[in-house]
Amino acid sequence: MAVYRSVRNLDWALILIAVAIAGLGILQIYSATIDTAWRGAWWKQGLYVCAGFVLMWVMTRIDYHTLLGQVPVLYAAGLALLVLTPLAGSLVWGSRRWIPLGFGFKFQPSEFVKLVIVLLVARYLAELRADRLEGRDLLKLGLLVGIPCGLVAAQPDLGTSLTYLPVLLAGVFFGGIRWQHALLIVAAAALLMPAGWFLLKDYQKARLETFLDPMKDPTGKGYQVIQSKIAVGAGGIWGRGVTRGSQTQLRFLPVAHTDFIISAFAEEHGFVGILVVFGLYFLLLMQIVQNAQAAPDRAGMFICMGICSLLLFHLLVNAGMAVGRMPVTGIPLPLMSYGGSSMLSVFMMLGLVNNVRLRRFAA
Amino acid sequence: MRYLRAEREPDSAPERPLFRDEAKFAAGKIAAFQYFIVAVFVFLALGYWDLQVLNEEFYSEKAQQNQIKSLPILAPRGKILDRDGRVIVDNHESYRLILSRDNLRPARLRPIAQGLNIDPAELEAKVRRYHNQPTWFAIPLKEELSPDELAFVEAFRGPNGFPELELIKSQFRVYPKDGLAAHLLGYVGEISDAELNSPEWAHHNPGDLIGKAGVERYYNDQLSGIDGQRQVRVDNRMNTREVLGVKEAVPGRNLKLTIDLDLQVVAELAMEGKRGAVVALDPRTGDVLALVSRPAFDPNRFASRISAREFSALVQDPYRPLFNRALQAQLAPGSTFKPILALAALETGAIDDSFTVYCTGGATWYGRYFKCHRKGGHGTVNLKTAVAQSCDVFFYAVGNRLGIDTIAQYAELAGLGAKTGIDLPGEKEGVVPSSKWKIRTQREKWYAGETISVAIGQGALTVTPLQLAYAYGGIANGGVFMRPHVVKPERPEEPVRKAGFRPENIRKVVDGMCAVVNGWGTAAASRIPGIEMCGKTGTSQLASNDLLKLKNSEDWHDNAWFVGFAPGENPEIVVAVLWENGAHGDMAAPIARDVIKAWFDKKTRMQKLAQPPATLASAWLGGPAAAREAR
Repeated sequence: MAVYRSVRNLDWALILIAVAIAGLGILQIYSATIDTAWRGAWWKQGLYVCAGFVLMWVMTRIDYHTLLGQVPVLYAAGLALLVLTPLAGSLVWGSRRWIPLGFGFKFQPSEFVKLVIVLLVARYLAELRADRLEGRDLLKLGLLVGIPCGLVAAQPDLGTSLTYLPVLLAGVFFGGIRWQHALLIVAAAALLMPAGWFLLKDYQKARLETFLDPMKDPTGKGYQVIQSKIAVGAGGIWGRGVTRGSQTQLRFLPVAHTDFIISAFAEEHGFVGILVVFGLYFLLLMQIVQNAQAAPDRAGMFICMGICSLLLFHLLVNAGMAVGRMPVTGIPLPLMSYGGSSMLSVFMMLGLVNNVRLRRFAA
Repeated sequence: MRYLRAEREPDSAPERPLFRDEAKFAAGKIAAFQYFIVAVFVFLALGYWDLQVLNEEFYSEKAQQNQIKSLPILAPRGKILDRDGRVIVDNHESYRLILSRDNLRPARLRPIAQGLNIDPAELEAKVRRYHNQPTWFAIPLKEELSPDELAFVEAFRGPNGFPELELIKSQFRVYPKDGLAAHLLGYVGEISDAELNSPEWAHHNPGDLIGKAGVERYYNDQLSGIDGQRQVRVDNRMNTREVLGVKEAVPGRNLKLTIDLDLQVVAELAMEGKRGAVVALDPRTGDVLALVSRPAFDPNRFASRISAREFSALVQDPYRPLFNRALQAQLAPGSTFKPILALAALETGAIDDSFTVYCTGGATWYGRYFKCHRKGGHGTVNLKTAVAQSCDVFFYAVGNRLGIDTIAQYAELAGLGAKTGIDLPGEKEGVVPSSKWKIRTQREKWYAGETISVAIGQGALTVTPLQLAYAYGGIANGGVFMRPHVVKPERPEEPVRKAGFRPENIRKVVDGMCAVVNGWGTAAASRIPGIEMCGKTGTSQLASNDLLKLKNSEDWHDNAWFVGFAPGENPEIVVAVLWENGAHGDMAAPIARDVIKAWFDKKTRMQKLAQPPATLASAWLGGPAAAREAR
């Protein structure tokens, strides 16, 4: 059995694709920060990738069944961290999302809770051992995911809290939700939407309004979207070239190395570059799906598909926002956006996928 | 499966269907999910296709607009110098605050206006006026910021405050303090909408500062330079990253006036606290040596974009400080008209040297009794004494002999009733009444009784101080009238008119005017020892209705006139003085005296300085030593 868990059996295609995407990301961070205070971000990102490899390796070594067994502990720890964040966290741009670790490093608990959510959903659904989901189970699972979701949304970090939902949705989809329940959820969501509006912070409302009509306030709330669209559009088919995009280099494009890295990339590499990146992401996701199909058990399948749906959601929201097809949220582009927590959590997810892959003949 | 709890509810388990193959149970759903992934990618790719392939040009242009900014380089206006080259109007370097319109947000206008002490409504109106202009065209907001305004700009400039605020280097007008020569110099101001639409200002852009009055306006094209432009690549904080091109500004040309600053200062001081005007001309050339109108205003207030409130206060001031009395006050000349009448009478032969009148203090003409200003009368007066003592009765008789149309003909020959053509805006022509004029304007025939009033410079006759100076200058200059000017024409001008008055007739009238000051005349108190000043006083009842609304009793006093020139033969200088409500002409004479004295004093001083030093040594020792030796 051990022979199948050798290094040779890792999903090397998946890893290479991830490295390729991260490499493009580092290149773009370099280009976007070349004459800003963030000048050193590209090599830090390289360090995060290396650290990501280590964590990925760790995540493949621990049997995912062992991890699933520890879900209550992990879940409790995750909740504790999320409760701790607003107390110990540093205030950045009006919200407390990070816990300072010293040496200038910060830790974003909400990123790692993503993994906990993936494991939680996988364990809960696998444990049911049923093809159909009962309403009671649905409610329980919803509540379990809803608590961390609410805590993150209260930071406030609506974007990240929303990323937990696709894991849940993919889980209940594959776990066999009844179509009556699905309809009920959709109907409830539609009804709760107006109520939810009042729960949103002013800036969140503004973002949604801006999404619906960016030209309403072109230099204020709509600024980011408009500048991002200009950057993307100005890139054209072939792009302006590395360090040649005026929107990126003259900083008209906001946060060009983090949330709007895809816009900077689109400006400098054009539609062709975008197709290459999308191609890589597509292969990455398909590789994860393939691992889900080959999973030895339900839990493994749920883990893989949870991760796949989470990454897909990230990509859809982030890349869609850059062209004005999604509202502006602070959701990073996995593997490309500058940021340690996001990079490490993505590599840990890829570690989990490999973990499942290595044990595909175990059953 | 050690991680799982023991089978949940094992007893009820059998009811459930058997598990399918663990790895394959959701194969169909996974396949469906794959299609969903494809759909997401197609959705995203279409978004990028739309922007990058279909609308590349549109967004490239936007990116271009983002980064390229044009900033004006303001051309300094030319300085205004006096006849000796001394600077009257200078510039000083400062900053102009402009409102860039590339990233203007209407919501920010109000706080900006408040921070800069501008009326928000005024600012909003201004922004609306610019909406037709290209967006790189900035709006000039304010010059000469006060310290607190500057602090406001420094604090709130930049991307987090008001990125539309921009300070650019600029040159501002510095005018003499206390409104010295304010009407002559005029002022600059922002071009108005009406001006923008008129062909005269067609080559100007909104926001330009243009001359609004006086020399600034008349010689605006010479004084104003051509603004340059700097095209730069900027980043999102409007920091200049790269200069793409510079078109340097062309500064305006300096303008040398014929005004003598010394004389101007003397005239201004003499008029301090009074209302009226002083015009000093060199009748030989037409050079305007001094031009004063009081009350004055401070043109420096206009230099830094006067607020609408302050401007309307100036306009509504009952004493009309913006009104240039020297060229625009059309008032009855009173007795200052008499020399012209005397000349007309001599020229036409209506009277000869032997003509005398016995003045009893009044006379009856056409059934109405006309008083002389001296109650007891002047006794027997001839032309010289009549001019010297300003005998009204004498001139009633002369006027009656001449008739209104002859009077009008000679008044017009002397330059009344028409613009002198001075190179300043807004000159008025006054009124020289005649029978034709009355039919034209009032559709009535002229009554002979009215001639009697006109003969002593009352009635419908009105003149400006400039016209009087021009008329006296022309007559004293032998009937040769030179167009008055404040800037020397490029080529010496031909006289406007050679009236062809006979020199002996001129001599007789001038003799009378010499007696006014130097004999037993009405302005004997203003005699200057050593200088032959001639002139004529005038006291006129208020003819203009402008001042009737004033309630102050002093405002109902007669206007005092004096027109003097020196010397009697070939005069170098003629000075017309109007003191509104000054009560009597002899009150105005000292003002003219001061100016004329200053002119000759200066001339003497200059001649002394021009003398070569006595020895080479004293030249080496410099001025004071030379002066001592000269003594």
